[in-house]
Amino acid sequence: MIWSKEETLSRAEMEALQLSRLQETVARVYEKVPYYRAKMDEKGVKPQDVQTLADLQKLPFTTKQDMRETYPFGLFAVPQSDLVRIHASSGTTGKPTVVGYTRGDLETWTDCVSRIACMGGASAKDVAQICFGYGMFTGALGLHYGLENIGAAIVPSSTGNSEKQLMYMKDFNTSLLVATPSYALRLAEVARENGIDPKTDLGIKTALVGSELLTDAMREEMHNAWGRDVNITSNYGMSELMGPGVSGECLEHCGMHVNEDYFIPEIIDSNTGEVLPVGEKGELVITCIKKEGLPLIRYRTKDVTRLFYEPCACGRTTCRMENLSGRSDDMLKVRGVNVFPGQIEEVVLSVPELGPHYEIIVEREGYTDKLTVRVELNKATDSFAELQRIENTTRNKLKVVLGLDAKIRLESPNTLQRFEGKAKRIKDLRNQQ
Amino acid sequence: MSKQISVFIENRKGRLGEALDVLKANEVNILSLSIADTSEYGLLRIISDKPQAGQASLSAAGFSAMLTDVCIVKVPHTPGALQNILRVISDEELSVEYMYGLSVAGEEASIVVKPSDLGKAVKVFDGHGIETIEL
Repeated sequence: MIWSKEETLSRAEMEALQLSRLQETVARVYEKVPYYRAKMDEKGVKPQDVQTLADLQKLPFTTKQDMRETYPFGLFAVPQSDLVRIHASSGTTGKPTVVGYTRGDLETWTDCVSRIACMGGASAKDVAQICFGYGMFTGALGLHYGLENIGAAIVPSSTGNSEKQLMYMKDFNTSLLVATPSYALRLAEVARENGIDPKTDLGIKTALVGSELLTDAMREEMHNAWGRDVNITSNYGMSELMGPGVSGECLEHCGMHVNEDYFIPEIIDSNTGEVLPVGEKGELVITCIKKEGLPLIRYRTKDVTRLFYEPCACGRTTCRMENLSGRSDDMLKVRGVNVFPGQIEEVVLSVPELGPHYEIIVEREGYTDKLTVRVELNKATDSFAELQRIENTTRNKLKVVLGLDAKIRLESPNTLQRFEGKAKRIKDLRNQQ
Repeated sequence: MSKQISVFIENRKGRLGEALDVLKANEVNILSLSIADTSEYGLLRIISDKPQAGQASLSAAGFSAMLTDVCIVKVPHTPGALQNILRVISDEELSVEYMYGLSVAGEEASIVVKPSDLGKAVKVFDGHGIETIEL
């Protein structure tokens, strides 16, 4: 089901809508946000210089650093009294980034999430269990409001206590699961440990996963754990822009539809800041064109993807962004080679004797980087030859994908840490040595 | 034919002790064991009085453990006795994947053998009058 008529506008209609909203937003931030006015003045650009969508390129970028410098409310375009909700990012490095919503923003957000939930197969009949941490994190409440809005029954179980999660799932006939891909796999693991077969004993039909990358291999692993018929889609967003709901995958699984009437996406070269031609891969930059509280202009997401504008078989005409290949932040440089954790994940998941969990350790030995990948055996063996074969297969596959030699460390099942929120799979020890 | 418990053990301080703790807690008595290792991990192989229960308890405790079929062969206490058995094995085009001693009190010693082809080995031992024990 397609939730909003804006998802099927013609390109000309969409662009007209985007331009008028962009012009309105730019005029508003220039007037109301001194920080933006200063930035625009510095670049010598005025709101009236935005005559076409291409003029977006004249505007300055916004970065996470800008948000920190203006902490907490410096980029807000409304007085604090107009806010009805405040969220913040976890802020693992330095001050958190604060985001605020007016009543209108909450309506926009709810509409965005309702759209992506419908894209992923959700309906009013669903019982939706939300296994994202409730609190300052936008993921849980975003999905909560969006799913409730389409008429689903919400089970706000949050994270933790996997046994109880499974009990709710069974007793409430949960049909829709919201979780990170790694927590969804963890839940299936705990279910099996407790004699519950997730495929036959539980009724999950739809999984809306987010907050982590969903690689094809991870999706396959989720199907192995939860069943072939489960609709598994990923969705995308970040608190700075609104939370979940910026884009989401439809059941065609061919990229995530961007809610373009609310967000204008661009792809730039991270190094030069130049906008790249359509179809090329680079850093995603988003401009919010319907936000009241915190309308960020050209926000650099650090996520790497590409855009395509061909209409989709699902009937939507909104542009799609390819499932992420990584964050420019998460990218590791090992011996000068760019390494995305997703590439390592694909390899780990392709070796049948290994479980889906892994940890990447980068250390410095003398002047060279050393890459170690810890993995779990999921099949017992009595043979060293077999263990060596598993190790070598994994190592060779990694060499093909990364062009790097990595050490493989085989471990017993359930050795590696499990995560309920975003999985932290990288240990970069190079700066601590 | 006997059942051996095979356990994957990371080379980490205390890891072997953890495996043995599990067996102790489940009252599994070890009759013999061998540990083979590489620099990163080892395989612990155990002949016990309760192989099924031992393997199940180790797996439940998060170890990568399985049961393996092996032969326990009696070896007379005389010089060359082991060599005779090995000659039979190689004459019959079999090979030994690994072997280790089994301490059973009494007049005779015995060894645990993992031959390349277990079914054939059992027949060969039988045909040559080499006595095997079932544990």
